[in-house]
Amino acid sequence: MKSSFVIFALLIFALLSFGLYEGLVAAPTEQTMGDVQRIFYYHMPSAITAFLCFFVNFGASIAYLMKRRPAADALAVSAAEVGVVFTTVVLVTGPLWARPVWGIWWTWDARLTSTLVLWLIYVSYLILRRFSGNNPVLSAVLAIFGAADVIFVYMAIRWFRTQHPQPVIGGGEGSGIDPHMFQALLANFVAFAAFAAMVIFIRYRLERLRQQVEEAHAMRAISEPAERVSR
Amino acid sequence: MTPTAPSTLGILRVTIAKDLRLEWRSKDAINSMLFFALLVVVIFSFSFDLTAEESRRIAGGLIWVALLFAAVMALNQTWARELRNQVLDAYRVSPAPPDALFLAKTMGNFIFVVILEALMTPLFVVFYSLRSLGPVSQLVAVSLLGAWALVANGTFFGAISMRTRSREVMMPLLLLPISIPALVAMVSATTTILTGEGSAHLPLVFLAVYDIVFTSVGFFLFETVLHAE
Repeated sequence: MKSSFVIFALLIFALLSFGLYEGLVAAPTEQTMGDVQRIFYYHMPSAITAFLCFFVNFGASIAYLMKRRPAADALAVSAAEVGVVFTTVVLVTGPLWARPVWGIWWTWDARLTSTLVLWLIYVSYLILRRFSGNNPVLSAVLAIFGAADVIFVYMAIRWFRTQHPQPVIGGGEGSGIDPHMFQALLANFVAFAAFAAMVIFIRYRLERLRQQVEEAHAMRAISEPAERVSR
Repeated sequence: MTPTAPSTLGILRVTIAKDLRLEWRSKDAINSMLFFALLVVVIFSFSFDLTAEESRRIAGGLIWVALLFAAVMALNQTWARELRNQVLDAYRVSPAPPDALFLAKTMGNFIFVVILEALMTPLFVVFYSLRSLGPVSQLVAVSLLGAWALVANGTFFGAISMRTRSREVMMPLLLLPISIPALVAMVSATTTILTGEGSAHLPLVFLAVYDIVFTSVGFFLFETVLHAE
């Protein structure tokens, strides 16, 4: 168990290093934007990883409501926390790139705004966890509301707010990137997703331990009630 | 005679009547909402010096922000009332259907917010010299659909935040992020109608779908929240 985790961690470390090399050295420099564009290799993989995390959170929340297993709740909170971290990475790397390229840090376009709202929704989820004493039922219910809201957020902002730039990949004619750039992107995505999985796993174990400690405390309180209260 | 579980309709009627009667006697929710919304309107007008044309453009946002914050005040009180004398605990152990309680509370709050809207409209018209260039009937539709969107989610999140530390702080923290898409649609529809530019059809349909989806989610999950440890 322990040794397999170490091997897994070393493998992820190698993957991350490979992704770093691919993104910073191997991938060709973008013609108009120059080296600034390389932040994209961190930006987009973080975004996809964050979405995957929130997806896991949604699935685990539903599983918890159906089966009421503490393990599902532990997975939900781990995935949400890691997802919020990766969304934060997206929200920080975006403006860093936008400032030299667009000339502004931030614009209220569809994708930026949706990502920000997504971040807000899951931060409110984490706040609820903290304020409700990690109540798994309430958290799972809010996770379902949040997931349902994501679709509405995207549609609302797309329809009722500003114009948005065309997607770079798969956005029709004139879009698409150099194959080597795509390779760098893919390498970083795999590395980030694996890294996220590892952090979620560690966080999950921690949460399980916390649940077990809490349970043990509750059991002890039941088994020796009278003397503790009287003191 | 064996006791039978009260019907959904019965619970609806009794709960709404009780909430309305309580409100009629105390006028807590309406008074605090109205005064708060009035304050928001006045403070906004101090913050911006507007011409009639400008105010038509931003009034949509202003009205809904004022209503949203005002509604939060009323929604916070709606469940706190049931905590006193363990009313909610009694409800929990009773065989009455929980979703009826959710619907009744939502409808009661909806009535309060619609009354608030009706009282606020003349205020806005006077203070911001508003005159709608689009169809007024659509404005009524937006205000009803928008009020329902705020209230359905607000009632639900009120029930959630009641179970947490510092309840009244928690409610807006949960409600505001989830309400953003509805708010965007309400503001878009209101501005479109007030300025008379284009059709407000799409945001209205969007709001209706939002209302249906979130009312259903709340309806199905309310029992889970009510019985949460």
